[in-house]
Amino acid sequence: MASLLEVRDLHVHLGESHILQGVAFDVPQGGITALLGRNGVGKTTTLRALLGLVPRRGSVRFDGDSIERESTHRIVRRGLGYVPEDRDVFAGLTVEENLKLSVRNGSANNGSARYDLVYELFPELQERARQRAGTLSGGQQQMVAIARALLNRNRLLLIDEPTKGLAPALVADVARLLERIAETETALLVEQNLAVVRRLARSIVVLDQGRVVHTGAAADLEDEALVHQLLGVGHAA
Amino acid sequence: MKRALQIVPAVGLVGLLAFVPTFHFGLGKLFPGGLSTPGTLQLLAVCLVFSGVALSYDLLFGFTGLLSFGHALYFAAGASVSAIAVTKWQWSFWEACLITAAVGLALPAVVGWISLRTSGIAFAMVTLAFAQAGGIVVQKDPRGWTGGSDSLSYDYHHVPAAFVGVFNTKNLYWLALAYAVAVFAIVAWAVRSSPGHVLQAIRENERRVEVLGLRTRRYKLLAFVLGSFLATAGGVIYMLAFNGANPGITTPDFTLMLLVMVVLGGTGTLWGPILGGALYWYADQRLVAVGGSHAIQGLPGVLRTPLSQPLFVLGVLFILVVFFLPGGIVGLGARGRAGKRGLRRLEAAMRRTPEVGAGESA
Amino acid sequence: MSTFLLLTITGLGLGAMYFLVASGLSLIYGLMGVLNFAHGAFLTVGAYTTWFAESKLDGISSVTVRFLVSALIGLAAGAAFAALIELVLIRPLYLRHIEQVLVTVGVSLATVALVEGIWGNDARAYTVPGWVRSTTHLGGTSIPNVTWIEIVLAVGVLGGLKTFLRYTRYGLIIRAGVENRAMVTALGIDVRRAFTLVFAIGGLAAALAGVLAGIHFSEVDPARGTSLLIFAFIVVVIGGLGSITGSAVASVVVGLSQQYVNYYSSGIGDLSIVLLLALVLLARPATLAGRTA
Repeated sequence: MASLLEVRDLHVHLGESHILQGVAFDVPQGGITALLGRNGVGKTTTLRALLGLVPRRGSVRFDGDSIERESTHRIVRRGLGYVPEDRDVFAGLTVEENLKLSVRNGSANNGSARYDLVYELFPELQERARQRAGTLSGGQQQMVAIARALLNRNRLLLIDEPTKGLAPALVADVARLLERIAETETALLVEQNLAVVRRLARSIVVLDQGRVVHTGAAADLEDEALVHQLLGVGHAA
Repeated sequence: MKRALQIVPAVGLVGLLAFVPTFHFGLGKLFPGGLSTPGTLQLLAVCLVFSGVALSYDLLFGFTGLLSFGHALYFAAGASVSAIAVTKWQWSFWEACLITAAVGLALPAVVGWISLRTSGIAFAMVTLAFAQAGGIVVQKDPRGWTGGSDSLSYDYHHVPAAFVGVFNTKNLYWLALAYAVAVFAIVAWAVRSSPGHVLQAIRENERRVEVLGLRTRRYKLLAFVLGSFLATAGGVIYMLAFNGANPGITTPDFTLMLLVMVVLGGTGTLWGPILGGALYWYADQRLVAVGGSHAIQGLPGVLRTPLSQPLFVLGVLFILVVFFLPGGIVGLGARGRAGKRGLRRLEAAMRRTPEVGAGESA
Repeated sequence: MSTFLLLTITGLGLGAMYFLVASGLSLIYGLMGVLNFAHGAFLTVGAYTTWFAESKLDGISSVTVRFLVSALIGLAAGAAFAALIELVLIRPLYLRHIEQVLVTVGVSLATVALVEGIWGNDARAYTVPGWVRSTTHLGGTSIPNVTWIEIVLAVGVLGGLKTFLRYTRYGLIIRAGVENRAMVTALGIDVRRAFTLVFAIGGLAAALAGVLAGIHFSEVDPARGTSLLIFAFIVVVIGGLGSITGSAVASVVVGLSQQYVNYYSSGIGDLSIVLLLALVLLARPATLAGRTA
């Protein structure tokens, strides 16, 4: 079965740094694929490159179509949802407006936006509909960011460190949420929190120094020696 | 050896230009008369002045990455301070030059020191504000010194005889040529000197230079003062050339003209602004005549009117250059990359403003 | 006291004109990061088209109707010209900010030169209904009626803009885009259409300012756009980019200050405004900082 996303030989230069040096991996249909690696290795850049937010070279196929030369809004309209690393909610807009802005009309969406789903998952957002997003707490902003991506019927979600900077209780909430999402959606998840990854991911892709150094099943993370070697955490054998 | 090879054509050109006042022939409609006539020599002299001033601007713009919208201030200061000293205070010409030189150093030192607290677009706007302020001061005619911007001139009795009178236009021409050569030599030297290398490094990546422990603001200020001083000198010569009939040099519009000159010619190169400055003045003066009685007059009104407006042609040319030839006219030559890199580097330098930097995650 | 009243109201009138120019500038810079030097050209196009239309519409007998129709044509011309410039010259240079700024400089040069070529440097004047040229007696002083028109129109534009930004989809897109343009595209929205729209709005407002200036200064002249543009830049910097309300407040501040200082201290009003700009920028360089793309 063909992968939903096929990345081959992806290169990104930012300034003088050659950040991604021929990244290649697949994202299969269904479930969560985790993108892992040490700090600064290029995980966020990879997501941004897939979306066309940074200049890139290489081959990216989404459901068989080449998207490596398309502009961001076209790529997104194919059915990609993005939850950025710093949430990037629009502070001056209300929660309601933030959500409304992200609703895409058109065939990729099959009709109405999934407000029921979103309000079921995040009842608080309905209460705070008129509140300016800039006055929300970090956790609440994260909810808005995720809700934005869920409103449309996206084929693939790109999620960047959703638990970053959140209190442990909230991390658990987000993990539960992602578990629920994984039942029906496909996602590429960048995440540093290995406990979360072990619980949610079906497969993993590990980056190091701008290249993919390991792909495999999430079960690989049970091997502590491997984890230490790839990510520098935990114990060596 | 390579340096020598580069210098030979330049020296040759200067030599050729030096002999122009002895050429008693004309070049058809290209000039108002024969090459040695006062009209032509004055035209060429002002072309040379603008070449120099444009290059002095590019020292800031193309080489250091400082987008200044207020360079006209120093040019105007050169013209007005010397005129006031000579005419209103009745000083001798050389004394006037001295005080103009002092102002030419002090003014940019102060304005630069203040303005360089910002960078990028904010810097551009602050320099614009100061230039605008200068223009307003001239208009307001404090103590009757300036007489508004239109009546600055030199009292003939104090100007050295060598530059007075129509027959001495060739001296003016040689002075202008000497000025352009001096600016060229100074900027070429400055760019290749070690402070010059620091400046170019600053333009590429200011943060890295700061990390090395160098006070970048001092270097930028150095470039700012040098470039402005050279422009001030040009202002004095300009004053000599026109002596009272100054077409609006105190306006910020003139800095925009400088911008057009350097980009048209090729920013970040030595020859680009030289070419751009000369071309600008030449087009402004001769376009209508050269454009030709037959060629342009034959066109329908819709085309004839715009084409007989030099600034329209220059504006459109400028837009075309920005689109298709970012390296400027010198970009047409073999080393076309230089000017294009100039714009790219400036773009990068501009984006580096104080608060940005937080957006760089891996 | 009556002088103070006169100064205040005419100051508000001046501020009104500045606001009309600054509002477009602020949106354009806020949303697109383009320092639009061509904005003065939009003003000039609007002003001259109005004059030209008026001279051609002599079939209409009522001065008021003729002027109104001409002004509407002028406004449409300003908006259309601005949109055209954006589509043809700015859009292809997406993300190349320096070149975009340079191009607007070129447009400004070429447009003013063209207008000078067609109509010459001599000033032209509008034919307006009599009451526009006269004054109203209020509080012991005579206020030029054009001032009322300026204030009413500026307030109208302010209201219109805020309503547009608050209640329409494009308004939403623009507000979000001013904050974070990249994220807007990451939501699948083609911001480029918003760019053209913002230029058109700016062109319309600038053209309106041009027509008002033509009445205010009793003449239409090619250099008006550039001279008002400087003040508009000052207003945008002081008021904060992308903020319509900020521009409105700053316009009032600048207009009033200019009038008061000019009167009470023999003419350094313009100078003080310019120095105020420098001060604001030095104190708050972040005002014009690069955007997180």
